[in-house]
Amino acid sequence: MDKGAPEGAKQVLGAHDVRRATTRIAHEIVERNRGLDGVALVGVQRGGVWLARRLAEAIAEIDGSHVPWGSIDVAFYRDDIAIRPVTPAAVSELPFDIDGATVVVVDDVLFTGRTIRAALDAIAEYGRPGAVQLCVLVDRGHRQLPIRPDFVGKNLPTSADETVVVTEHGVTIG
Amino acid sequence: MSATSPLSTVIANGRVLDATGERVADVRIEAGRIVEVGAGLDGDTVVDASGCIVAPGFVDLHAHLREPGGEQAETIESGSRAAAKGGYTAVVAMPNTDPTADHRAVVDLVRLRGEAAACCDVLPAASITIGRAGVELSPFGELAAAGVRLFTDDGTGVQDPLLMRRALEYASGLDIVLAQHCEVARLTEGAVMHEGTCCSRLGVPGWPAIAEELMLFRDIELVRLTGTPMHFLHLSTARSVELVRAAKADGLPVTAEVAPHHLCLTDEALAGFDPVYKVNPPLRTKGDVAALRAGVADGTIDAIATDHAPHPPASKERPLDRAPPGMLGLETALGVALSVLDMPVADVVAALSWKPAAIAGVGDRHGGPIEPGRAANLVVFDPDERWQVVPGRLASRSRNTPYVGIDLRGRVRHTFLRGDHVVADGEARR
Amino acid sequence: MKHLLSVDDLTLDDVGRLMELSDHMAEVNQRANPKVPALRGTTVCNLFFESSTRTRLSFETATRRLSGDVMTFAVSESSVNKGESLRDTIETVAAMGVDAFVVRHGSSGVPQQVCRWTSASVVNAGDGWHSHPTQALLDAYTVRTELGRNTGFDGLHLVVVGDIKHSRVARSVSRLFAKLGARVTFVAPTTLLPVDPEFDHTADLDGLIGDVDVLYLLRMQHERMSEALVPNLGEYTTRFGLTPERARRLREGALVMHPGPMNHGVEITVDPAELPGAVIGHQVSNGVAVRMAVLFDLLGSGAVAR
Repeated sequence: MDKGAPEGAKQVLGAHDVRRATTRIAHEIVERNRGLDGVALVGVQRGGVWLARRLAEAIAEIDGSHVPWGSIDVAFYRDDIAIRPVTPAAVSELPFDIDGATVVVVDDVLFTGRTIRAALDAIAEYGRPGAVQLCVLVDRGHRQLPIRPDFVGKNLPTSADETVVVTEHGVTIG
Repeated sequence: MSATSPLSTVIANGRVLDATGERVADVRIEAGRIVEVGAGLDGDTVVDASGCIVAPGFVDLHAHLREPGGEQAETIESGSRAAAKGGYTAVVAMPNTDPTADHRAVVDLVRLRGEAAACCDVLPAASITIGRAGVELSPFGELAAAGVRLFTDDGTGVQDPLLMRRALEYASGLDIVLAQHCEVARLTEGAVMHEGTCCSRLGVPGWPAIAEELMLFRDIELVRLTGTPMHFLHLSTARSVELVRAAKADGLPVTAEVAPHHLCLTDEALAGFDPVYKVNPPLRTKGDVAALRAGVADGTIDAIATDHAPHPPASKERPLDRAPPGMLGLETALGVALSVLDMPVADVVAALSWKPAAIAGVGDRHGGPIEPGRAANLVVFDPDERWQVVPGRLASRSRNTPYVGIDLRGRVRHTFLRGDHVVADGEARR
Repeated sequence: MKHLLSVDDLTLDDVGRLMELSDHMAEVNQRANPKVPALRGTTVCNLFFESSTRTRLSFETATRRLSGDVMTFAVSESSVNKGESLRDTIETVAAMGVDAFVVRHGSSGVPQQVCRWTSASVVNAGDGWHSHPTQALLDAYTVRTELGRNTGFDGLHLVVVGDIKHSRVARSVSRLFAKLGARVTFVAPTTLLPVDPEFDHTADLDGLIGDVDVLYLLRMQHERMSEALVPNLGEYTTRFGLTPERARRLREGALVMHPGPMNHGVEITVDPAELPGAVIGHQVSNGVAVRMAVLFDLLGSGAVAR
């Protein structure tokens, strides 16, 4: 969700760390969901999409099974539309049935929880999931809503005015 | 000071400017007349005109004072006050009132109201046809006897060529002037603005220049045929200026006027669809503006006439094609003329004062040389003061001025009507 | 962007953004429940001084699909008191709490004037002969999706046929397509062209029918007969109508468009169902998506957050 690394940003995780964390999370998803039946990954635009794809690849390596994945744009469901410019990033693509599925919502950073709240509303438009789990690479604290992750790559305490940037190549705080 | 001698006013240190020339001098006024022009004059009241021009009061050939019938927009009182603030000591009141000024009763009413307001001389005009319907001639003789000099169907123009011929023939021998609003009505039905690039772009019905030029050509030829003088109102196109220039070169008895807005604004002003800029004839192109300015400079156009057309705010807050045409002009004419005309100030004053006075037939008491014995109808103005019009401070009842935000140059400080100090330091005293 | 009054006010960035937003809205429209909460709590007032069921319904649907509230005033000409100023009407309605006005009026320039009397956003739904920006946008969106033209209309030849002079659709579509790089030609008799047409023009439709990528037909109105603009409708059809013979000579892949409603037998004498390039139905369905995009852009976002 945070965009662009500001000057003076400090790298707290490298590409290697990101890959290891991703693999670990993939194991956790497999273990928790025993059999991966009806499991689908939904990456939140924009930061969660690459991660959803990486997780789907990692799960395929670990388990041999193909877990469907897609992306969801939550712009129209945000609660700050009237406050700041909101532009959707890309058209949502969910090439599987949401009804009854165990949907794992995937995002790069968990902060206030509002984006995830919007994602839950957006997903509900496509069907009624059997269960929803939340997977994030970085939990930076400062929750404003009762949202908690099921799978976390790394807990990173930050101050509210810092910017956290997450990519496949690493995580910076600045 | 003797108890029987009248109080005198001295206008001191001004540049006295009239048709005979310009000189720095004081002017003393007593009992409504100029009594002395010279240096170091004394008087009971002294009005300091340093840095200002002292000229014969302006004469407007063309103002819509709206009374009777349109008092919501303007009354003769508010209109003549606006005129005085603009430096005018005489105004020809257009006859498109309700009822039309096509009979004595209306003409007399207009004159009386003007006298009661006592801000400037209100000279009633009458229509050429009854009700301006273009069918029957008004009683020219009777109206001339009531003091009317100028006859016009302004607003519609006389469409029927036979009727115009008869009007010119009948007018011959009477000391009157027919004034034509040149517009072939069939070519301008529904028109909103100048027919050209801007109106094509804006998708608005156009008023083609040829509608004015065809009528002007026709009536110049009728003047040639009948020999009766004619005055042409609010010229707005380059070709119209050429036609009048050629007619004068042929020695025809024609005169012409232009409105300040046609010297200043173009059709692009309507890009925002603001009805304040809607007027008949419409604002046209830069080329037309340049030709009209040149026409004033070389004398083809005799007079600047305001075509002061007040409208209450509600009627200009309508869609562009439904709003009535017309703009205010009395209080800004000098300011516009001096800011856009690249001419000696004396020539601008000529076009505002003695030339229109002659056409209106009041040259004996307005516009005349500033010399002892003449009626003290004078204006004192600062030719260099830059100012902007504030709609809320206009004397007019209406607010439809197109000059908001435009720098005007030249501001009236004092106006004297037969010696009466009707405008002092820019404020009306009546 | 605060208002949408004319395509002249749109930058290429604005157009690109609206096209992308329209893609999103088209996806929403595919869903079983085509609704998003994006404009919940906002009120859009449709102020239609000229009756137009289709455009009005299109805007109403667009607002409702964004979860906005709709107020509709279908004001007939006679019910607006001649003495009442337009300003009074706007200020009265605005006082009821309006976030956006969608204005359709028979007089050019009314939406511009409305902007002066309200702090709400104003969308021009068609004013006089002047401008119909949402029509132009939905037409551009239709061409973009039909021909896969995501990066612009360079090299595309748009031919607009009919009463250009009195057509706000012609003015808006031609300018928007030209802004996107298209070549524009007007086909009409001089009586139906503005005095200064802005684009290339000809009265010879047959001469260029084979060189058309998008043939845009305008509605030919009966009223034009009384103004001596065209001698009779039959002559109009012969010289300017899309007849079966002309349709045959259209190049492959050429699109045929019309803003609706069509006068069958006048500007078109062939059944659109038999024209592979006729995309008139798509224009209508795209209209809702594009109007949703416009409303969202004005009321929900406003800047590109890239």
